[in-house]
Formats: sequence, C-alpha cells, structure tokens
Amino acid sequence: MELVTPNVGTLFWMLLFFSLILLILKKFAWKPILHSLKNREKSIEEALQSAERAKEEMARLKADNEKILAEARLERDKMIREARETREKLISEAQEKAKEEAKRIIDQAKVSIETEKQNAINEIKLQIALLSVQMAEKIIAEKINTTDKQNELIDKYLKDMKLN
Amino acid sequence: MKRVLFFCVAFLLSIQVVSGIDTDTSSLVTDTLRESHAEKFAPGEFMLEHILDSHEWHIITLGDHHISIPLPVILYSKESGWHFFMSSKFHHGQTSYKNFRIATEGPNKGKIVEQTAAGEIVPLDLSITKVVFSIIFSSALLLWIFISIARRYQKYPHSAPKGLQSALEPFILFIRDDIAKSTIGEKRYEKYLPYLLTLFFFIWFNNMLGLIPIFPGGANVTGNIAVTGVMALFTFVITTISANKHYWQEIYNAPGVPWWLKFPIPLMPMIELLGMFIKPVVLMVRLFANIVAGHLIILAFVSLIFIFAEFNPILGYAVSPLSAAFSIFMGMLELLVALIQAYVFTLLSAIYFGLATAEHHEGH
Repeated sequence: MELVTPNVGTLFWMLLFFSLILLILKKFAWKPILHSLKNREKSIEEALQSAERAKEEMARLKADNEKILAEARLERDKMIREARETREKLISEAQEKAKEEAKRIIDQAKVSIETEKQNAINEIKLQIALLSVQMAEKIIAEKINTTDKQNELIDKYLKDMKLN
Repeated sequence: MKRVLFFCVAFLLSIQVVSGIDTDTSSLVTDTLRESHAEKFAPGEFMLEHILDSHEWHIITLGDHHISIPLPVILYSKESGWHFFMSSKFHHGQTSYKNFRIATEGPNKGKIVEQTAAGEIVPLDLSITKVVFSIIFSSALLLWIFISIARRYQKYPHSAPKGLQSALEPFILFIRDDIAKSTIGEKRYEKYLPYLLTLFFFIWFNNMLGLIPIFPGGANVTGNIAVTGVMALFTFVITTISANKHYWQEIYNAPGVPWWLKFPIPLMPMIELLGMFIKPVVLMVRLFANIVAGHLIILAFVSLIFIFAEFNPILGYAVSPLSAAFSIFMGMLELLVALIQAYVFTLLSAIYFGLATAEHHEGH
C-alpha cells in the first residue's frame, strides 16, 4: 500500500524542485539552445540558398562566356576570310597591272624597234647610196672607156640595188 | 577456444553487473546471508524494501554493522512544532528520538510516527528522503549539463556540436521536430517546448540513475508515485489552462454524437469529463508501474538465487548463472525502457497539449 500512496513530503519537494528546474532550464538552457539551433538552421538554409544562387550565376556567366567566345570565333573567322580575299584580290590586281605594264612596255619596245629598224634601213639605204655614188665615181674615174660597158654596169648595179 | 574465453569473461562481468544492478544489491547479499541465519528469506518484503523510499541511504551491511548515509529529517507536528535532525538519530530505525520513531508495523509502516499523550500520531514529514535527495541530485545534474551546453551554444553559435552537446542535440531536435512540432503544430509548439524538454530529460536521467547501483544513483525516483504524480499534474494543469473553446466543446457538447447520448442523461459529457482526469492518471501510473516492474523483475531474479539456496546451497550456485543471465537481459531491457518511457510520457503530454489547442479543422 505504501508503494501506491503518494508521500506528502515527496510531493512537496518534487513540486518545488521540478518547478525550479523547469523555470531555470527554460530561461538559461532551453531558450539559448533553441534560439541558437534555430539560428544555425536558418544560416545553413541561407548558405544553401546562396550556394544555389551562386551556382546559377556561374552557369549564367559560363553561358555568357561561351556566347562571347563563339561570337569572337565567328568574328575571327570572318576577319581571316576577309583578309584572304583581300590578299587574293591584291595579288590578282597586282598581277593584272604587271601584265598590262609588261604589255605596254613590250608594245613600246616593238614600236621603238620598228622605228629603229626603219631608221636603220634608211641609214643603210643612205649608206648604200653613198657607197654606190663612191663606186660609181671610182668606176667612172677608172673606166669611162666604153659607154656600152658603162651602161651595162650601171644597169646591173641598179638592178642589184633594187633588189635590196 | 576464443568463444569459451569470451563467455567466461562475459559471465564474470555479468556477475559484477548484476551484483549491483539495483539500489544496493551488494548489501542484499550480505543482508540475506545474515538473515538466513536468523529467519527465513522473505523475497516480497525484501524486494519492496529496495523499491520504497527511506529516510537514510543504505550503502552496505557488513555483518551486523549497517553503513548508510544519514539524511536530514524535517518534521512538523501539531503537538511539538518543527523538528530538524539527521536520520542517524534513529540508528537505522532501531531506536526512537524525541518521541519520534520509524514505525515497523501497522498502517503507518515505514513512516515516522510521534508518540504523544493521546497516542501515536503521524506528523507532517518533509524530510529529505532518499528519493528527494535523488531529485535534488538529478536536478543539479540536469542544470549543470544543460546550462553548460547552452553556454557552448552561445559561445560558438556557428561551429559543429561537440562532446555532450552533440550527444544530446539529437534528442533535443527529436523532441522539437518529432514530438512538439508534429503533435502540437507549427504555430503553437514553441510555448510548450521548454516543458516537454525538461520533462523528457528529467524522466530519462532519473530512469538511468535508478539503474546505477552505487550511491548517487539507485534511488527509485521515477518509480515513486508522488514523483510521477507531480509530472502528470503539470501536464494536466498546462493542458487545462491552454485549452481553447473547441476543446471544451468536445467535452461538453461533442459534435457528431447522437443527441440521446447527451440528453436527458449527459452520458458522453460525463465520460469526456472523466477522460480529462483519467489521462494524467494513466500517465502517472504508466511510468510508475513500468519502472517499478523493471526493478522488481531484476530483484526477483536475484532473489531466486537465495530462495534456491535455502533448499540447498549447491542449488543456489547452480541457479545463479541463469539468474545472472536473465538479470543482465532485464538490465539491458531497462536501459531501453528508461528511454522509451521518457519518450512516451513526453509524447502523450504533447498530444494532450495538441488536442487542447487544436483548431476545429485540425481535429478528427
């Protein structure tokens, strides 16, 4: 019977001490513990969120970078292509010009050769005429014996000259 | 070979564990040996003695010499006023002091009675008994542990928990998230959390201390009906104070109940009103009975040795390994029960708070 009959003294002390530890623990233990647990959870949650945000930001930056890179690559390709075209154009233009120049020089050369040739021919003709005159003088001087022979000779010379 | 060795070691260890599994089983041995000379071993009386409260803290009995820690006796008598003295004045209950003595027989057995001219009266006994001393000790332990933990939380708010803090944090979080939050609700649980935490750790610590056989432990605190009664009273008072309109409506005029159960004889309201008081009473009895039963079973297994030894000492030796094995098993089970009962008491209290504060749409 004693086992199931609450003792007044035990009831009193239990009530006193349980209330005491309830109040003291509430103020000095549970309040700071629960408060810091909550804070810690909040900070962890925030950290996770900010990590997620950073990840997104990174992904965005990476995508941007790739876009910029792709653009740059395109730009470079275009520039190279343009440069090649320009080079080829320049070369072909230069070649064209050189050809024309060469042709012009050759033409000029031809013309001048022709004139030179005419000049030479004229010179030769003059020289031949002079030579003929000199020869004729010599012949006349030496043998003006026979007119027939003279005539024959003159004809012969003339014929020869014409051939030239 | 290894297995045999292991078994031997385990057996030797188990004897040591069992020899001290309850309050002061070591003294049980000597007591019993002494008593077996004079009188027959009475297991019932003996087991009760280890479960009940007492005015002194018995450590050991060597031969006829009792060694115990005296505890203060505080008495108020209508006849002679206040009295303060140490329990050693009673000389282990054998002598009386200033007309006071510890009754050994009759309805007041175990209590301090006063011999007056009008006969024997029972004074108001506010003594620091074994159980009260244990309550003070465990309260101090709780305060020391949790305030030092709280200080660490404040000092290093962003570092990982360490030591005792990391051992107890899961329990704190469990009570907060799985007991308070889930039964009372996200909005209102914070108000009840300090009480639930104090309740859980007070019951758990005292259950565990009750399993330690040597001095600071070993008192049967949570197996004392006054102790469990006070905790149940707290739960009842908090439930009743925080009860909302809906809670009272459920009691006096429960919706969904046929009208003839409420009028002319208010059968359902009567049952519901009774239920209000039965709930804390059940809380009180459940914890008390579980802890007492656990202690009784272990003591019974130990007593078996001496019961058999009375027939024949060899029989007593033969039974002891079996008794030891069962006592160890029960001891392990008690470690689990210590936690489970603390959990059950806390959970049910939380459920009652939840019921008392539930909004209409949350119930049923």
